[in-house]
Amino acid sequence: MRFQAASDQALLVYLGEEIGAAVHERVARLLRLLQQEPIAWVRNIQPAYCSLLITFDTVAVDHAEVQAKLSEYETRAKKLPAAKVRLVEVPVCYGGAFGPDLEEVAAQRGLSPEKVVELHIARTYHAYFLGFAPGFAYLGDLPEEIATPRLETPRKEVTAGSVGIAGRQTAVYPFATPGGWRLIGRTPLEMFRRDREPMGLIAIGDQVKFRPITRAEFLAARRA
Amino acid sequence: MSLLVVESAGLQTTVQDFGREGFGALGVSASGAADAVALRLGNLLLENKAGTPALEMTLTGGTFLFPDGAVICLAGANFGAQVDGKALELWRPHAIMPGKRVVLGATRDFARCYLCAAGGIGVAEFLGSASTHLLSGLGGWEGRALRKGDVLPLGRLEKNIRRRKPRAGVLEQLKPEKTLRVTLGPQSDWFLEEAWRTMTSAEFMVSEDSNRTGLRLDGPRLAARGKAEMISEGTPLGAIQFTPSGQAIILFVEQQTTGGYPKIANVIGADLHCVGQLRPRDKIQFEEVSLVKARALWIEQQRLLGSEERLFA
Repeated sequence: MRFQAASDQALLVYLGEEIGAAVHERVARLLRLLQQEPIAWVRNIQPAYCSLLITFDTVAVDHAEVQAKLSEYETRAKKLPAAKVRLVEVPVCYGGAFGPDLEEVAAQRGLSPEKVVELHIARTYHAYFLGFAPGFAYLGDLPEEIATPRLETPRKEVTAGSVGIAGRQTAVYPFATPGGWRLIGRTPLEMFRRDREPMGLIAIGDQVKFRPITRAEFLAARRA
Repeated sequence: MSLLVVESAGLQTTVQDFGREGFGALGVSASGAADAVALRLGNLLLENKAGTPALEMTLTGGTFLFPDGAVICLAGANFGAQVDGKALELWRPHAIMPGKRVVLGATRDFARCYLCAAGGIGVAEFLGSASTHLLSGLGGWEGRALRKGDVLPLGRLEKNIRRRKPRAGVLEQLKPEKTLRVTLGPQSDWFLEEAWRTMTSAEFMVSEDSNRTGLRLDGPRLAARGKAEMISEGTPLGAIQFTPSGQAIILFVEQQTTGGYPKIANVIGADLHCVGQLRPRDKIQFEEVSLVKARALWIEQQRLLGSEERLFA
């Protein structure tokens, strides 16, 4: 466990230094305990792969006090039972206009576009956290063979439902937002709806699988 | 019910309050007023609660008709507001007679002007806040910036409004500055020492490509050492990150909640309202302060903003 001041109002708590199930389990447990037993001066909690960003009421406490309290929570969080796991399936139409970077990813990794898709759907991914935008779930770990860095210059707008990859991670863009991930396909599903409970289709800790669909199936799903 | 009719909306006018903090686990950033200090003062002058929803206008204001009248207060930047050709002073409650329109133009100083109304702007809350989150189309008025023809309900006017104004010195003390104070960011050690010297001595210019999500800065391009890709983590409000191409971005109220670019510095809480008042092409500088100093400045600002005695006469 390592602490790092992120701003005058926020502290980063690192529970490990690499992406993986074991570190993430500690993140998820600490988050769960903080949600079960909320602390009055905690304004926001942003979990990620290996860390939680805790924004706090700077009038009430300083970084040292936040650190002490979180150390205590972490000791107790380790003893929590494991949470129940949900499986979410996401249909995706790969390539073409829906996946403008599929060919480039294939070329960079010396694979055929078909092979990239095959590798992308072969795994069941773990939802590490939601971040970036409402409902945007960071899924991992992408097979090493298709891992590709982010674009040097992010796109100003990525279409909602786009499926992107960046490093060993993959995700679906819930909204039309700027984005630097390489796009390989698109889902007709709405990833975030305010009239649904929970609002996000994917939640932290979920297992996620992608299923290839045709363009016709995509359009039919959109009409439905 | 009294109404506000949008006859022209201005460049980007949205409903904002103090935002919805606390939903990071859903990937939802707080949003909220870009200049929370101006929103607070405008509301308090109308005897509203400090975080009552108001209209946030950007660079150019709109024209708003009040068929049933209203009591309003303009706060923040000076957009040259008028009623019937007569100027409306900032930071004062004004009674607008039924059928009159408030006409605002281009800014004369800063980026954002708030039109607060006694009783507030009546929109439904999403996750406990009326703030518009433009990126995801959630909250506020239909999740979007206002358009010509929109008709918004106003809250009920419940109190007699005292004729008060900010005390001498208060606006000066809270005036948006172009030198932003920063603390070291969590990846400041990813950059060379020269980078930090450049960061705190060079001039940066706010690019046209700036909005509530973030402000892109033109200026020295600083790159992190080595080529290691960072593991994405939570990003605090006001974080200053550099993309691999060396572009500096200040993450702002509608920011991405997590990110994988190294953060060299972070604007202190007490100066966040200054970020909300920066215009494209403004030249800015950064000044380093310690965490202890940043906290002291924040506590002092919160005390001032929490004391109507000290704020108004």
